[in-house]
Amino acid sequence: MNGKDVTVTTVAARPLLDVLREELHLTGTKYGCGEGECGACTVLNGIVAIRSCITEVGDVAGAEITTIEGLAPRRELHAVQQAFIDKQAMQCGYCVPGQILTAVALLRAKPQATRAEIIEGMNGNLCRCCNYSNILAAVEQVAAQP
Amino acid sequence: MNEPLPQDGPWEVERYELRAAPVHQFAANRREFVQALGAGLAVAVTFEVAQAQRGGNGEIKLSQRFEFLGNNLLVFTSKVEVGQGSRTQLTQAVAEELNWPLDKIKLVMADTESCPDDGGTAGSRTTPATVPAVRKAAAALNNYLVKLGVVKDEAAILEASRAGRNYQPFIIAELLKGKDIPAGLAAASEHVRLSPPSHWKVLGTSVAKTTGREVVTGQHKYPSDIQLPEMQYGKVLNPPSFGAKLVSIDLAPAEALDEVTVVRDGEFVGCVAKNSWQAKQAVAAIAATAKWEEVPQVSSEELFEHLKKTARPIGSGRDGPQVKSWGPFAKDVPYQNSWEFEGEYKIPYIQHAPLEPRAAVAEWQDGKLTVWTGTQQPGRVVGELKQVFRLNDDQVRVIVPDTGGGFGGKHSGEVAIEAAKLAKQAGKPVSLRWTREEEFTWAYFRPAGLIEVKARVRNGLLGMWYFTNYNAGSSALDTPYEVPNGSIRFLTTDSPLRQGSYRALASTANTFARESAMDELAEKAAVGSLEFRLSHLPDGRLKNVLLAATEKFRWQKGRSTRRMDKRGMGLACGTDKGSFVAACVEVEVVDKQIKVLSVTQAFECGAIQNPANLRSQVEGALVMGLGGALTEEIQFRDGKITNASFSEYIVPRMADVPELDIVLVNRPDLPSVGAGETPIIAIAPAIANAVYDAVGVRLRSLPLRIT
Repeated sequence: MNGKDVTVTTVAARPLLDVLREELHLTGTKYGCGEGECGACTVLNGIVAIRSCITEVGDVAGAEITTIEGLAPRRELHAVQQAFIDKQAMQCGYCVPGQILTAVALLRAKPQATRAEIIEGMNGNLCRCCNYSNILAAVEQVAAQP
Repeated sequence: MNEPLPQDGPWEVERYELRAAPVHQFAANRREFVQALGAGLAVAVTFEVAQAQRGGNGEIKLSQRFEFLGNNLLVFTSKVEVGQGSRTQLTQAVAEELNWPLDKIKLVMADTESCPDDGGTAGSRTTPATVPAVRKAAAALNNYLVKLGVVKDEAAILEASRAGRNYQPFIIAELLKGKDIPAGLAAASEHVRLSPPSHWKVLGTSVAKTTGREVVTGQHKYPSDIQLPEMQYGKVLNPPSFGAKLVSIDLAPAEALDEVTVVRDGEFVGCVAKNSWQAKQAVAAIAATAKWEEVPQVSSEELFEHLKKTARPIGSGRDGPQVKSWGPFAKDVPYQNSWEFEGEYKIPYIQHAPLEPRAAVAEWQDGKLTVWTGTQQPGRVVGELKQVFRLNDDQVRVIVPDTGGGFGGKHSGEVAIEAAKLAKQAGKPVSLRWTREEEFTWAYFRPAGLIEVKARVRNGLLGMWYFTNYNAGSSALDTPYEVPNGSIRFLTTDSPLRQGSYRALASTANTFARESAMDELAEKAAVGSLEFRLSHLPDGRLKNVLLAATEKFRWQKGRSTRRMDKRGMGLACGTDKGSFVAACVEVEVVDKQIKVLSVTQAFECGAIQNPANLRSQVEGALVMGLGGALTEEIQFRDGKITNASFSEYIVPRMADVPELDIVLVNRPDLPSVGAGETPIIAIAPAIANAVYDAVGVRLRSLPLRIT
């Protein structure tokens, strides 16, 4: 968990999201729908983005999970976090942690993702403030970096 | 005949949520105005209570507005931040008048114990009302500091802060040490001079969100993120359908569980446990034993017939119809029987679906209740809690952490009351967070509406206009076009679903009907869509944005003929709450599927205070409006919402965003007004008009679907 070994004793069927928030007090990961449709609960399992609301905690025992709190543990922000500030890719900001982690996984798989690939990759993350243009611009900024 | 449309008050023109029908009652207070809605407890607050929350508590003092803390200036306001940018904008307002660095200004928002009452956050009122109030207060504070000798004069402050030495806040904080701002000074003196837009240094610039770093690192705390020591988690038992009455329930299966508190009060049943998983299991265990008496409910298919059938007749009182008529033949308008045009438009219920569902943490300490919750109306939630729990003013405190979206959908305090009820019995702080399904079912909806438009055209111009809105609401009911004779009406009905405010209220419905009809009338008059509108618009701001949009879009002069080649163009415009919008769109229709290719939208709201944030609000409203135009529709049957999830209720995603060209018309010569609502109203009719242009099919129902 964010680079540290963490032990939680709980019911294996509990959603990872609830365990992150209620047991580990990592509230940066958000609930939005509970069915994997909105992406607000996105975390990284290794380098893959997963939906923590539909992931049972028992299924990630031993896995390497990164939440938004663990993305840039030191003062310097991750390039995607910085891009979200630069492009003001936030209105209420509630979707932003999930958007950022989805983008991080996308850009790890495709560092030079095209606009079409970014849209496809980010399409599972809802922003109800509909700030999609700025979110797209933020991810494109990082994809354009050498 | 020419009566103005009555309005509830300056803060909001429509307050449907106050009129919501009760579903069941909270046993402890049966004879009060306290009612529970569905599983939760909601309150039909009396109008008097609602008024009291809005009116404020008299003149706001400088000492209520500001406090020095270390090197920071704290600024207090009852406004909330739900994504619209109020926190940053109000920070700019203070910085502008006080010549103070942005990072030393900290807003304390929506804490009913410490903030003066600026009203709730609704009706696009923060920009035209609260920003000026806060600017005046900041200017008054500056005058006070000058008088104290702390600050010599404005030029000196400016020079100091520009030079970076003599960092003004540090000096002020040092000199003021131990001194409070005198209690008597008013924060709203009319004698202060505000910086005019031509001199703005901070307002008028694209200041970034002041909370950006917290947001991108996951440190920003939303209502659902609040955690207190000893806090437990709650879950409420919901009825299976609207209006269902609880006949019997066996609580034993939940009571038998370890560390679970079961709460029952009348029809209110809920469980508290040390985590939300256990609370959910406990509620599931007793839900299986519950017997309900369900009542017949109107379903989606019968909706529009029902609205028309239940419309209240003219003269039926406060909730009755609103009528406005004008012109020499005004009296005759409703009785005409030969119309050149008659159209009927249907608008379904839709929901705000903010990404953060309702959430609250409630804590009782020595008889005093504190609730952290996401609401746009902290003052009103205090009123609701006072009524339900029979508390005095000083026994209730509501704090609204910056919230994950509102869009007019969080004016009520259901979840706050539920959490407080659970916490009281559990004897510990309780966190209650609605699920998406609960939000889709038990929150309120944007009103559905049926709109009838009739018009007569003479010599290419409108001669008579007759517009009747059933249920949707009265915002932007009046036509901005010049018509010699007209009659417009808004009729209230028995809404089958609980309805309430939504971004731009009924302006979307009324503008959809009117702008669709205007295109049909232009065709009948054999005049281009743009030219027909221009010939009915006086010179002014609406005409200007219409010209700004059509010029940028390169709308062809005189364009009226249908091209019928699957691609089409349409336009629409409208005004509400003092701002103006016009949209031009291009669509493509393939296999009956409507794809919006590009949108050019012009918007004008006076002097622009934060261009980047304004652009986000205008774009956000437009894209949100694509959902209402093309996909969003609440479906219900037998008292159940049948599409209560994001997999069934389809909202816009990144791939749905068309090519956007946003034209922000700046008017530094005019007062700034709010911008979070009106940019949503033009997109649906512009698309409907474009679809007609593309394939010759006239769509008069939202969402737009070619069948």
